[in-house]
Amino acid sequence: MAEVEETLKRIQGQKGVQGIIIVNAEGIPIKTTLDNSSTVQYAGLIHQLVMKARTTVRDIDPQNDLTFLRVRSKKNEIMIAPDKDYFLIVIQNPSD
Amino acid sequence: MSTKRPKSTTTTSKGKDKKADESSAGSVAGSGHPNDILPLTLTSATQELFGCRCDEDVTGDNPYKILRKEDIVQDMRMRAAVSDFSPMKQLVLDYPEDELLLVYDRDFIYGSSFYLVLTADAKERHLKVIEVALEREPSEVFAAQKTSEPQPWISLGSEQEIEEESVTDSRPRLKYRISRVRREFGAPIFFSDRNAMETKDGFIECTPYQDKNFSLKQMERHTGVQTIPNLKSSSTQTQWTYPRSMCTQYEPREFSEEKKENCLQSEKLKNFVNSVASRFEIAIQQNEIMDVFFDDWKALSEEDSGYGRKADPHLKEYQSFTDLHFSKEKTISNINWHPTINGVIAVAVTERLSFEDRINGSTKLLLNPSLILFWSFSDPINPQLLLECPDDVFSFEFCPSDPNIIVGGCMNGQVVLWDISTHVEQLQGTRTSGGKNIAANTNALRENETPVVRYCAVSGIENGHKAPITDIQWLPGTFEVSRMGVPMENKNGICVQIVTCAPDCCVMFWDIRAPRVLQTMADQRKQKVEEKPLENPHGVPNTFKHLDLTWKPLIRVQHISYCKTRLQLVLSTTFCPQDGELVYTDWKLEKDNDSGRLFSAKPSHRFIIHDGQVNTVRRSPFFKDIILTVGGWTFAIWKEGVTNGPIIQSSCSQKKCTVGYWSQSRPAVLFIGKEDGNIDVWDLLEKTHEPSQTQNITATQITCIKPWIVSSKQHLLAVSDHLGTLHILEIPWTLRSPSSNEKLSMSKYFEKEVDRLVYFEKRREMRAKEKKDYEAEELRKKTYLISHQPVIFIIGTLKL
Repeated sequence: MAEVEETLKRIQGQKGVQGIIIVNAEGIPIKTTLDNSSTVQYAGLIHQLVMKARTTVRDIDPQNDLTFLRVRSKKNEIMIAPDKDYFLIVIQNPSD
Repeated sequence: MSTKRPKSTTTTSKGKDKKADESSAGSVAGSGHPNDILPLTLTSATQELFGCRCDEDVTGDNPYKILRKEDIVQDMRMRAAVSDFSPMKQLVLDYPEDELLLVYDRDFIYGSSFYLVLTADAKERHLKVIEVALEREPSEVFAAQKTSEPQPWISLGSEQEIEEESVTDSRPRLKYRISRVRREFGAPIFFSDRNAMETKDGFIECTPYQDKNFSLKQMERHTGVQTIPNLKSSSTQTQWTYPRSMCTQYEPREFSEEKKENCLQSEKLKNFVNSVASRFEIAIQQNEIMDVFFDDWKALSEEDSGYGRKADPHLKEYQSFTDLHFSKEKTISNINWHPTINGVIAVAVTERLSFEDRINGSTKLLLNPSLILFWSFSDPINPQLLLECPDDVFSFEFCPSDPNIIVGGCMNGQVVLWDISTHVEQLQGTRTSGGKNIAANTNALRENETPVVRYCAVSGIENGHKAPITDIQWLPGTFEVSRMGVPMENKNGICVQIVTCAPDCCVMFWDIRAPRVLQTMADQRKQKVEEKPLENPHGVPNTFKHLDLTWKPLIRVQHISYCKTRLQLVLSTTFCPQDGELVYTDWKLEKDNDSGRLFSAKPSHRFIIHDGQVNTVRRSPFFKDIILTVGGWTFAIWKEGVTNGPIIQSSCSQKKCTVGYWSQSRPAVLFIGKEDGNIDVWDLLEKTHEPSQTQNITATQITCIKPWIVSSKQHLLAVSDHLGTLHILEIPWTLRSPSSNEKLSMSKYFEKEVDRLVYFEKRREMRAKEKKDYEAEELRKKTYLISHQPVIFIIGTLKL
């Protein structure tokens, strides 16, 4: 528990990071640094996106698997690391 | 029965006599001749012998010949079988008399040329006939007139038929007498039944049968026929589905706190986070080091784009309009671009006389009507349209929702409305045909005559302002103000209300709709079209006929002791009175509890910044809460909500600032017009202590500046001066294209200024407090000293 906290703190402390969310495999947020409504929104939407990306990668090559997903938008960047049971979502604003 | 055909000359009665006689004789012998005559044929030898040659001795008129019986017998003896009389030898011998009658049957009535009469009676008869005929012949002509006498009935055989039909007893009738046996007289009678069916022939049945006589088949029938459409009535029942309001509410799934705790504690999560953390760190650091999506090339080009055009930052003169006829000796008080038609600009032309001169020359002024001129770029010499005003107009505006409606405020306090919808085509036409030769235009109106449009409605003098209307604004089409001053939503989207202000301390709200009948402007226009031929003496559209001369303001907002010259508004208003004050207030009417009268609220803020008449109050087109005010020798920029003072105030310039306007395309640029005809272009991001550039336009005071965006390549600035000339200048590229992040920079700049103000305020407070403290301290020190010093000192200090 303490380790997890520490790691998350380290990531959070990086420059430009706006929020971190840990989501379980079904899309239910477990831990977050954002407010509830944003968290829920991010969790739901990103869960679908990751599922789609993962199936895409595996369809092309069944031996392959999705390891990291970065979504760059005008205002910020969303980074997602999927796993068998959990996702970790980090939102960063790169220009600042 | 053969009928004996009567001879042609004999009458019918004779015929009947003969017939009767012969019929009583019985049957006819031979081949159809009566019994008592015998047809025979005599040879010519016989004829000569007896002297009855045909057509010589016996003729048709005299057919009878008497023959002696002895002669005939002798002939028969001599010639035996050859004699003609041989077949009737017996008959002849039986003849009782001595003479036989031979008749010449000329017509072969009985089949031969002669016939012999065999009986004496017949002979007698024949002879009688002959005699009678002979006798009768001369008197035949006269016979017809004699009435016929009844003759005895001669039977011709008809009674035989009747006798056959009649019923007569063929034998005498038989009589039977039946009687019962005597012993049965008076015996009791026993009746019994007997079934009729048992015995054969017990009854005779008359069974009915279908009489064929009566089963008539109707072969023909006369009826009428009418065709009708095939009607079928049917019904159906549908299931009525009616709308029902339903709603669904959902919320996302969440874990409870303890579940979350459980997850967080789990080993899996720890491993997961450890494994992915490094990836994240790399990614985040990458972003920090450099933004890979930033387009350097594009950013480079933006800064450098001014190259080559930096040499020409000046406003270029595009066109200038002067009318020798209308704007001579006059000045332009207000300019407005036409909102929809490109290249059309309207200017209000007023006399440039001071108040005293006006009074002195008022009679002359009455003859010269005041005008608003419409200029079009296609024609720099003649104005396109003239709007007639009752008095000099200081301010006018096009209606934002309908550019054909123009409202103006006059010098005498009246509010005037024009409707130029009839001339709109002309205005548009001249613009599009700008290239054509105007002399070729054979339009009757354009022949050296500019059309004049009279105002279609004007407010009543007693209802309007008591001083010249200095500013007039349309309320935006999205909301309107009710009688109580409460802003409400205007569902039409059409601008219907106007705000005016004047130096008589009044701000008035006017409604251009008919009182109580809230028609839309489209309805009014329709009415106008119908009524046009009737009530239209000056050719003026009746769009606002209901307002003419009776127009009253909707709300009158009175401020004590404040004179108004300009106003700018959205939800609350700012007024700038004449003597340099800026007043910020809400216009809602409040009810005084004591007297029940409605009066306007007291202004919330007052500022005295400018040292002269404030002539411009303008909101920035980019920032909704930034206001520019120009007056005296300075201009100031305010932010709504910041009540300490202006956030930016310029330094005093050499000449008076007469008018100012924000640039329409660059958030940091504004134009200030001076009284020496200069235009100062201030770029607040470049320098704020002096204008970025100054350009001289005209020799006299600039009265109005209005920029206009024609296209992305052409931005125009309309500048009017005191001499009545309208200059159209083109804004160069440097002044019209915003640099990147200009708006952001400006907003940051304003924030900084606000912070500065706040800081200053705080410092002032602090200083005031410090000063107070210091003074208090000083006083205390002094009182302390007083209490501990010799008397001399005390006196000394007290004196101080």
